[in-house]
Amino acid sequence: MARKTNIRANRNSHQAVSIDSHAPISFTFDGRTYQGCRGDTLASALLANNVHLTGRSFKYHRPRGIMAAGAEEPNALVGIGVGGRIEPNIKATQIELYDGLVAVSQNRFPSLKLDMGEINSVFSRFFPAGFYYKTFMWPASFWMGYEHIIRRAAGLGKASDTHQDPDRYEKRHAHFDIVVVGGGLAGLNAALQAANSGQRVLLAEDQHQCGGWLRSCDDIAIDGMAGHEWADKTALHLAEMENVTLLPRTTCFGYGDHNFLTLAERVTDHLAEKPAHLPRMRLWKVRARQVILATGAIERPLVFAGNDLPGVMLASAAQTYLNQYGVLAGGRGILTTNNDAAWHSAFALHEAGCLITAIVDTRENPAPAVLKQAAALGIQTRLGAGIIAAHGRLHIARVEIAPLTKTGDALAGEAEHFDCDLVLMSGGMNPVVHLHSQSRGKLKWDERTYCFRPSTSHEATQSVGACNGSFEPSRGIKEANAAALKAVKANGGAAEALDLPDIIARKINYTPMPIWQIPSGLPAGQGGKAFVDFQNDVTASDIQLAVREGYHSVEHVKRYTTTGMATDQGKTSNINALGILARERNAEIPAVGTTTFRMPYTPTSIGMIAGRDIGGLFDPVRVTPMDKWHREAGAKFEHVGQWMRAWYYPQKGESMEEAVHREVRAARQTAGLLDASTLGKIDIKGPDAAEFLNRIYTNSWLKLGVGNCRYGLMCKDDGMVMDDGVTTRLADDHFHMTTTTGGAAGVLDWLEEWQQTEWPELKVYLTSVTEQWAVATLSGPAAQEILNAAGTDIPLNNEGFRFMSMREGHVSGLPARIYRISFTGELSYEINVPARYGMALWTTLMRAGKTFGITPYGTEAMHVLRGEKGFIIVGQETDGTVTPHDLGMSWIVSDKKPDFIGKRALARQAMQASDRKQLVGLKTKDPKQVIPEGAHATLDPDQPPPVDMLGHVTSSYFSPNLGHSVAMALLRAGHTRMGQTVYFPMLDGSPPIEATITDTRFYDPKGERLNG
Amino acid sequence: MLEIKCPYCGLRDEEEFGCGGEAHIARPLADNPISDKDFADYLFYRDNPKGLFLERWRHSAGCRRWFNVARDTVSHQILEVYPMGAKPSTKAGRAAYEASWRRQSPAEAAARNIPQKTRKTSTSKR
Ligand SMILES: [Zn+2]
Repeated sequence: MARKTNIRANRNSHQAVSIDSHAPISFTFDGRTYQGCRGDTLASALLANNVHLTGRSFKYHRPRGIMAAGAEEPNALVGIGVGGRIEPNIKATQIELYDGLVAVSQNRFPSLKLDMGEINSVFSRFFPAGFYYKTFMWPASFWMGYEHIIRRAAGLGKASDTHQDPDRYEKRHAHFDIVVVGGGLAGLNAALQAANSGQRVLLAEDQHQCGGWLRSCDDIAIDGMAGHEWADKTALHLAEMENVTLLPRTTCFGYGDHNFLTLAERVTDHLAEKPAHLPRMRLWKVRARQVILATGAIERPLVFAGNDLPGVMLASAAQTYLNQYGVLAGGRGILTTNNDAAWHSAFALHEAGCLITAIVDTRENPAPAVLKQAAALGIQTRLGAGIIAAHGRLHIARVEIAPLTKTGDALAGEAEHFDCDLVLMSGGMNPVVHLHSQSRGKLKWDERTYCFRPSTSHEATQSVGACNGSFEPSRGIKEANAAALKAVKANGGAAEALDLPDIIARKINYTPMPIWQIPSGLPAGQGGKAFVDFQNDVTASDIQLAVREGYHSVEHVKRYTTTGMATDQGKTSNINALGILARERNAEIPAVGTTTFRMPYTPTSIGMIAGRDIGGLFDPVRVTPMDKWHREAGAKFEHVGQWMRAWYYPQKGESMEEAVHREVRAARQTAGLLDASTLGKIDIKGPDAAEFLNRIYTNSWLKLGVGNCRYGLMCKDDGMVMDDGVTTRLADDHFHMTTTTGGAAGVLDWLEEWQQTEWPELKVYLTSVTEQWAVATLSGPAAQEILNAAGTDIPLNNEGFRFMSMREGHVSGLPARIYRISFTGELSYEINVPARYGMALWTTLMRAGKTFGITPYGTEAMHVLRGEKGFIIVGQETDGTVTPHDLGMSWIVSDKKPDFIGKRALARQAMQASDRKQLVGLKTKDPKQVIPEGAHATLDPDQPPPVDMLGHVTSSYFSPNLGHSVAMALLRAGHTRMGQTVYFPMLDGSPPIEATITDTRFYDPKGERLNG
Repeated sequence: MLEIKCPYCGLRDEEEFGCGGEAHIARPLADNPISDKDFADYLFYRDNPKGLFLERWRHSAGCRRWFNVARDTVSHQILEVYPMGAKPSTKAGRAAYEASWRRQSPAEAAARNIPQKTRKTSTSKR
């Protein structure tokens, strides 16, 4: 028939319970402007404008239209918004219309009506189940190329690729006594009973108004009101109660352990103007004592050839569009069904002006009541029959209807042809058991209604109403009320049962005929595509093929065919797929089982999950008290853990190498100044502090004198080096430990763990003081003079202030602890002041050192300086498989102590193996060559593969003080290889680098420079 | 996400805690004689049962205290929470503790002081 073009003709406004027909608003779809009403979804507004074609399918690029009216919509996925607000793959059925909304169809090129990808349909026999797996098994190198092309052809929507998301997202944590999910008839009743018992109740409703099916049907009266009126009134009442939080536009998408629910509240998506003070979405993380699920049911499609054409729609969806939005989805319709309930949808449409030309039921005996009503309305019926094929190019135009055998698996006669522009289909109901299943509740197969229903719960949760398979309204409210009472009692509350509302509803038999596929009369694969999973383009024959190829387990079939995957999560496809799988395997559906429903129930914005934890708040950035100075000096920074550390300080025109070499030379020739504030610092106090350290470190600590420092190495209990640092005895019962910058938090964890779990008898307190102290390390021959020039009351002469000791006093009037320790091998003072004096200390030293040529140096120069000395860095020379002995540091492992962490492990036989990798130094034959860190060593550069690898380079630098490169490496039996030549093959094909194995102490091996 | 009752702070979300793996693994004292193989039971081997498991947790983002949790690894039900150094007090927790192979292991025996005269000092060969 000629399709109506006038929007008003398509609206039946007196019935439209969810829209305000006096509030027209405009929106665009694919660049064209349309009119809708406040309260419309994008889907209902498009249908009101006679726009049915909304997208192309995932794999075959088939034209697709709106099939459903809620979260289960598999076809009408669109992109919404402009600029940074573009969001792809949104279900048009879930978008609340606002003035100026911009929507685009997806997956089409160049246009929706003419799509090049449709050619995929022509060649569709090349796209069977498991297509990707089969085609691209070999050669592996081709896969990248194939994937690129196919992904583009078979992709879904596009995200904004140039803009940042301008919206803000919030998270909220909350606790409730009872959470009710779903604000339909059952959910409202459960919430009412729970709230009246004084419980703190959260009621979450996916739509912007409560009521669920009550808004779509016209045959339920409650307390003398129409269903939707009762729903509005009840919701209003609940919202006014102090102990109730009613969240509309909120989808519970996840249900985890210990009654933890995650809900997505869409705060401003429906507003044309987004108020600045509101987040776009709010993620609710809710801990509930009791949960009541009232999530309803979804109508099941029927599987027949061409069931995916635009204009083929779930019967309940068509009724929803009519009653909620006043939209007639067509002018000439046909119903195909296997149950009585759908007949009433057809009657409603017929009475509203859509001529239903035939009702086709696979059963021979529908209820007499519906037969009578059809006769009264003059609708012809075909019983024991089905639509065996649907035809049309961009829209349904004609169907073939044929009688079926009693079991429904073959044709029993010739097909008739009917013209139509709308097909209503209904294959029964699927309870929305997703959340119950996510929370690890079990499902059972219901032989009465042929669907999976919740059986035992794993969490403190109950399912009520349609999601429990109780489709009759009177049964649903009884269940809801009883569940609420039970939940209140479980919470220890006193509950008085409310009177149930007086409900008048049509009596309907909800038992469908179990038929999972309408036969086409042609051999499998030849009868046109009969879709099971519309979103993932999975057909009945794909499932048949999977079974033929040996995939019998439901989990295997799911992955092989992709049915029920992605955002669909089996909402419309699950039972039909199982039915076909069971039939192909000659098994019963319960024996086939079902796949696991996973969170999220509906696609969830990543922006909401990230919330505020983006940009600068993604991870804390820690800066030292001297940070501003480094920035003003033009330092380059590197991240060390969460710290920003000055890396090097390039002067005008200097390269990194030039700057680092200048800094390294200065530290040995005059003086260098390093910001070492980031070093981990732990205050250890208590009568057993020394004993505690004695067990933590590999060396001895009991006899360390007050005021003295000692270097310590700590191992894990497997004997592998874990961290190192200098620890100082401040008093008999008081130590100051330093750790590596990156290891600070881990070491504190480690100490606390041993103190609490293994040695609780030791009286020790551990406190992190990393951020309480600012540290400037002054190093080099002029260090003492500069410190004196800055002014200190601490005598600095070698006799009064020996290497490896600490003195407390003042520097330029600032209270300070000076540690005479050295990571450069030069005379060196680590000056610690309270953090707030850090900047003052730094600028004082820089001023005092100016005439001496003081040079600030960064972490890169620090690395080179320690590399020249062969000092290790834990995490660079070690990787969790290296013992102190491997490092050549046996001198630090006490053999007198009865125990320390790692002691027994170091005595293991494997630790004595002669082929362990050991730390050595390397000198390149060409002194200018710097071996790349990570390069692998071999004894024979000409050995054909597989090449025998000795080990790898851990640190490597050019030493400007020595005039040649220095490197350290972990090599197999390295300590026995002194003087041997090794080769380092290069990735870029250049000749291998030749080097000699040496000691690691390259510079000042006798340590004579420590005293200046 | 689990909800765990810290013995010192009360019920908190799992994200405030860290799991420290199997509980009640006694540490052999270094100078007690024990073979490498027996020592490996302490150092490397960890149980991963299906069902009730006694494990250590710490309230990392709270009071930073360690404690023990008896948790069913299938149902995630937490049977009891008890302090470090204590033994489970529920019947099932106690049974899981007693049933562990560790109770008979030489590593656990070596966690106690062995009298001096029978002691043989293990020495590092390095
Ligand atoms: Zn705590």
